[in-house]
Amino acid sequence: MWFRKKVKARPEEKLKLPDGLWVKCEPCGEILYRKELQKNLWICPRCNFHFRIGCRNYITLLLDDAHLDEKDKDLEAVDPLNFPEYKKKIKSAQKKTGMKDAVVYGLARIGGIPVVFTAMDFGFMGGSMGSVVGEKIARAIRLARARRFPLIILSASGGARMQEGIFSLMQMAKTSAELALLAKERIPFLSILTHPTTAGVMASYASLGDIIIAEPGALLGFTGPRVIEQTIGEKLPPGFQRSKFMLEHGLVDLVVSRKEMRNILIKILNIIWESG
Amino acid sequence: MKGLWLDFERPIIELESKIEELKGIRGVDAEINKLKSQLKKLKKSVYSNLNRWQRVQLARHPRRPYALDIIKEITEDFIELHGDRCFADDKAIVSGIAKLADYRVVIIAEQKGRDTKEKISRNFGMPHPEGYRKAMRIMKLAEKFGLPLITMVDTPGAYPGVGAEERGQAEAIARNLFSLATLEIPIIVIILGEGGSGGALAIALGDRILMLENSIYSVISPEGCASILWRDAARNKEAAEALKITAEDLKKLGVIDEIIPEPVGGAHIDVAKTVDNIKSAIIKNLMELKKIPIDKLISSRIEKFRNIGEYKE
Repeated sequence: MWFRKKVKARPEEKLKLPDGLWVKCEPCGEILYRKELQKNLWICPRCNFHFRIGCRNYITLLLDDAHLDEKDKDLEAVDPLNFPEYKKKIKSAQKKTGMKDAVVYGLARIGGIPVVFTAMDFGFMGGSMGSVVGEKIARAIRLARARRFPLIILSASGGARMQEGIFSLMQMAKTSAELALLAKERIPFLSILTHPTTAGVMASYASLGDIIIAEPGALLGFTGPRVIEQTIGEKLPPGFQRSKFMLEHGLVDLVVSRKEMRNILIKILNIIWESG
Repeated sequence: MKGLWLDFERPIIELESKIEELKGIRGVDAEINKLKSQLKKLKKSVYSNLNRWQRVQLARHPRRPYALDIIKEITEDFIELHGDRCFADDKAIVSGIAKLADYRVVIIAEQKGRDTKEKISRNFGMPHPEGYRKAMRIMKLAEKFGLPLITMVDTPGAYPGVGAEERGQAEAIARNLFSLATLEIPIIVIILGEGGSGGALAIALGDRILMLENSIYSVISPEGCASILWRDAARNKEAAEALKITAEDLKKLGVIDEIIPEPVGGAHIDVAKTVDNIKSAIIKNLMELKKIPIDKLISSRIEKFRNIGEYKE
């Protein structure tokens, strides 16, 4: 059944991340004062890298009234293959994140325009896509089609969830097929790529946006850099597979700062979508 | 030649060659018969209980028939069509038009190389984006002329390299899934050997998914899984068990429709028989699919994938 619950981020919860006085920026190595970083929406003042902030913070940042009418909140993974350690891993990820799995979706408004909004959370088992993520993405796409609302998916994922084996792989087919039906209805799909989005998620819905927008500095691609380095036997150049690289190679439309993301989404929707 | 047989095949091969040697000699019939019954028992004990890792080995067997070996036998007038019209002709994917029994068909297949030189030119069966985009061009061609599409999967995975990333490996795979979902022709997918993750799936969304008995299909290679899970690629046997990647597993999980039987010992033991089995499976499924109106075909194709996955609400 559809599950409805209003999620509203309180202002004091805005962009909260785990403690620690100092934080190191992963790409540039700069040591940053946590409070300053937080004030800057977790964007490195030196290299513009956008730290991971988790899906709840994007609800605050992007949606009208920081409000998502969340659906299917209780959809939960089972362990279809009886895979070693999987049940334990799900439990500990649930405890850590307070989420049932790696994605949330529901109805929202952006600049007054009704949309179906979906956001992944890398904090839940690396944002990996198993049956639950695949099913929720598929339902989000169907909801967008049924309501004739634009679809926005914000991705952050290491790819398919190994522990659900072939079922995870098949979620790529499932979500892409639903998007093909959405496209036939000429309903827009905006794909936002955040750090990192790779493998099975990148090779399905994340790459299928009518417009694809990346956050600065995000690692985006099919194969992770470590595996590529092992395969070719040499170090990859700095910036490889980062957002700028993706833009230069024609693989994303825009690279947009988190600070500007909401405005850009509103502008795009106002041009390409007449909800009339 | 010794290197071309698997460990568990060797005792069988040795026994068979012993029988061959004795055949020319007079007065050893009793001995031959004894060895023959020994061989029968040995084969039964080896092949009736293959574990998942042994299936992986058979799926990757250096003697296993590859796509072109099969296409050559099951079709007439196969005309290979080359190139993605953008960048290159990726030889890890072959595609073309052909006649198959009474049907005119389009074929897209992943192709491994047999000797070192061919292995390199086929990039060990690992396609680049231009391979998937060639596949895209050819599937659109099939749709334009209303010809059923047969795809054959045999790849360790999409190629993990610099050029592949620069040219959008992920997008190429995603776009194929998107297009196959609503392609207005019947699509039959056959996993021949290795179904390696997204690189396999990119040509494996169809109306019927068939697997050869000793082929595998997996979200990640057993080696990759073992190195992520236990930081030890040598634990590939355990990973193969955990991932459940055999044709039998996938049939039980409801992910594939049909298993195409192989001769005892695997496809390479009797290629002609394997090819026959593949051909009759294709004809049977083409006959069935051709009867279904295209709208219904597409909606049940999507429904099939919509239903894959397990969760609780």
